[in-house]
Amino acid sequence: MLAESIRVQPAAGDRSVRARQVLVLLSLMLGAVSIASMTVGASGVALFPALGRALSGEALALQERVVLLDIRLPRLLTGILVGAALAVSGAVMQGLFRNPLADPGIVGVGAGAGLGAVLAIVLGAMLPASLAAITGPHLVPIAAFLGGWGSTLVLYRVSTRQGRTSVATMLLAGIAMGALAGALTGLMVYIADDQQLRDLTFWGLGSLAGASWTKIAASAPIILLALIAAPALARALNAFTLGEAAAAHLGIPVQRMKNIAILTVAGATGAAVAISGGIGFIGIVVPHLLRLAMGPDHRYLLPAAALLGATLLLGADMIARVIVAPAELPIGIVTAVLGAPVFLWILLKRRGLVDM
Amino acid sequence: MLDAHNITVELGRKRILHGVDFTARPGELTAIVGHNGSGKTTLLRAMTGEIPYRGRIMLDGDDLRALPPALLAERRAVLAQATTLAFPFTVHEVVRLGLTGQSALLPGAETLPERALHRVGLEGFGGRFVQELSGGEQQRVHLARVLVQVWQPVTDGQARWLFLDEPVASLDIGHQLQVMRLAADFARAGGGVIAVMHDLNLTAMFAQSVTLMMGGQVLAAGPVSQVFTSATLSAAYDCDLKVSTPPPGGGVFLLPQAVA
Repeated sequence: MLAESIRVQPAAGDRSVRARQVLVLLSLMLGAVSIASMTVGASGVALFPALGRALSGEALALQERVVLLDIRLPRLLTGILVGAALAVSGAVMQGLFRNPLADPGIVGVGAGAGLGAVLAIVLGAMLPASLAAITGPHLVPIAAFLGGWGSTLVLYRVSTRQGRTSVATMLLAGIAMGALAGALTGLMVYIADDQQLRDLTFWGLGSLAGASWTKIAASAPIILLALIAAPALARALNAFTLGEAAAAHLGIPVQRMKNIAILTVAGATGAAVAISGGIGFIGIVVPHLLRLAMGPDHRYLLPAAALLGATLLLGADMIARVIVAPAELPIGIVTAVLGAPVFLWILLKRRGLVDM
Repeated sequence: MLDAHNITVELGRKRILHGVDFTARPGELTAIVGHNGSGKTTLLRAMTGEIPYRGRIMLDGDDLRALPPALLAERRAVLAQATTLAFPFTVHEVVRLGLTGQSALLPGAETLPERALHRVGLEGFGGRFVQELSGGEQQRVHLARVLVQVWQPVTDGQARWLFLDEPVASLDIGHQLQVMRLAADFARAGGGVIAVMHDLNLTAMFAQSVTLMMGGQVLAAGPVSQVFTSATLSAAYDCDLKVSTPPPGGGVFLLPQAVA
């Protein structure tokens, strides 16, 4: 069966076999980076000896347990969740807007989610204790989700007319929303107390350093929900590439799929921003590289984006941890330094898109 | 049978169609002709479910509004005037998008894209990027995609429909004939074809039935020989047109008159 499927020559222009190979390769890469991420750290705790001893029934030293299970493992899982969420929401948004430059971080959705999170951090303290007990640690991710959702809706409403998105309008609307969210965030910073201020500063730069099981528990359900919803969008996003009218002719329930896509972007971006702050450019760099490697078919692009997004973010996190060890660089700086030139390169190569 | 009754369409505040009646039968190529802005494309878009309308459109006995998108996509495919792609898909990948619903379940469905490309004269183009092709080639890629979507003109005794909006507008004369023959074959095999046309000679050559529009209303409808008269066409296009019958084939052809 397997031999048969390998022998059959795919039709010219059918890149699905190649896409599957890329998916396998990306899975292996993510595995390798995950192991590396568990072994590298300031404390010098070694993963494999500890693992060996644990398997042979020996008890681990307290330091090993804490470093491996309470620091590196949550950080690893957070990196995977956030990287996958950012890359997938970028790919979905680009498919929805029919444009490779649409990225939640660039068009103001990240800023909207950030504003939601900041409002929750600062104003959440003023909530009556009974309400705070109900929302608990979920308040920040939920607020970030709502902020991301609101800004995606506004963006779509402003920049899309009759199923056609104006790139210029989209980017300009993104600037305006980013500015507004920035101003309101500034206002929150102004009224925040010292403890909140430190939370905000740390969070605003983007980092996985605050990873904890509590934060994972709060954000993982939203991210996982979005990641599960994404593959259901693949066929619709493929059809959207022909335009909304043609997608409808192909039997896609356009309005419903648009709503799901917007919720997915808002959920994934919001939850990712809530845990790790403003980490940029993963959402634009990852889908772009993948389209070059395997084509734009969303059936493969979306899972591949999740894998490569996780891999790249873990890689960036290791750079951030190692480059100025024992201190660490905010990861947002690393992704921006790597990602911003790629964004400019896309602009340079596809200038025609900007004139649309 | 496609039966549109008393169709009124307003876009913004402007009324584009004023109570239009339109009928097309499976097994025939029905052309919609008329001057620019006469409402041809608007009528087509109402019938494809793209724009809201007042009135009633029945597709083989089912109210168009009651058919969910997926079911409708099994029964009709639509070729737009022009389609732009957002991402670098290959020709094969775009044609494959037509594999929806029933056509995806046909035996040998995976070979349909290649067979459709062969039919539109683009064999060997599967690996090319659509965005790098000429306008005429792109149009034929999308025609292949549309053919894949309604591959069998009749399925389970029910007709499939092709809606074509100026299918030959960007093609040279050889490919115009090729595309019109494909549409005519589809109709001959029992499917229904509704095509918005500008070229009246091609229309006369390939259509069995024609609806002539003017100012958002139907000026005349029926068999080509009845609708295409010098007087009717001259009125519809506001210029002097003469319909002639050449001796050999017995069909009609038109010669625009250089001097008004």
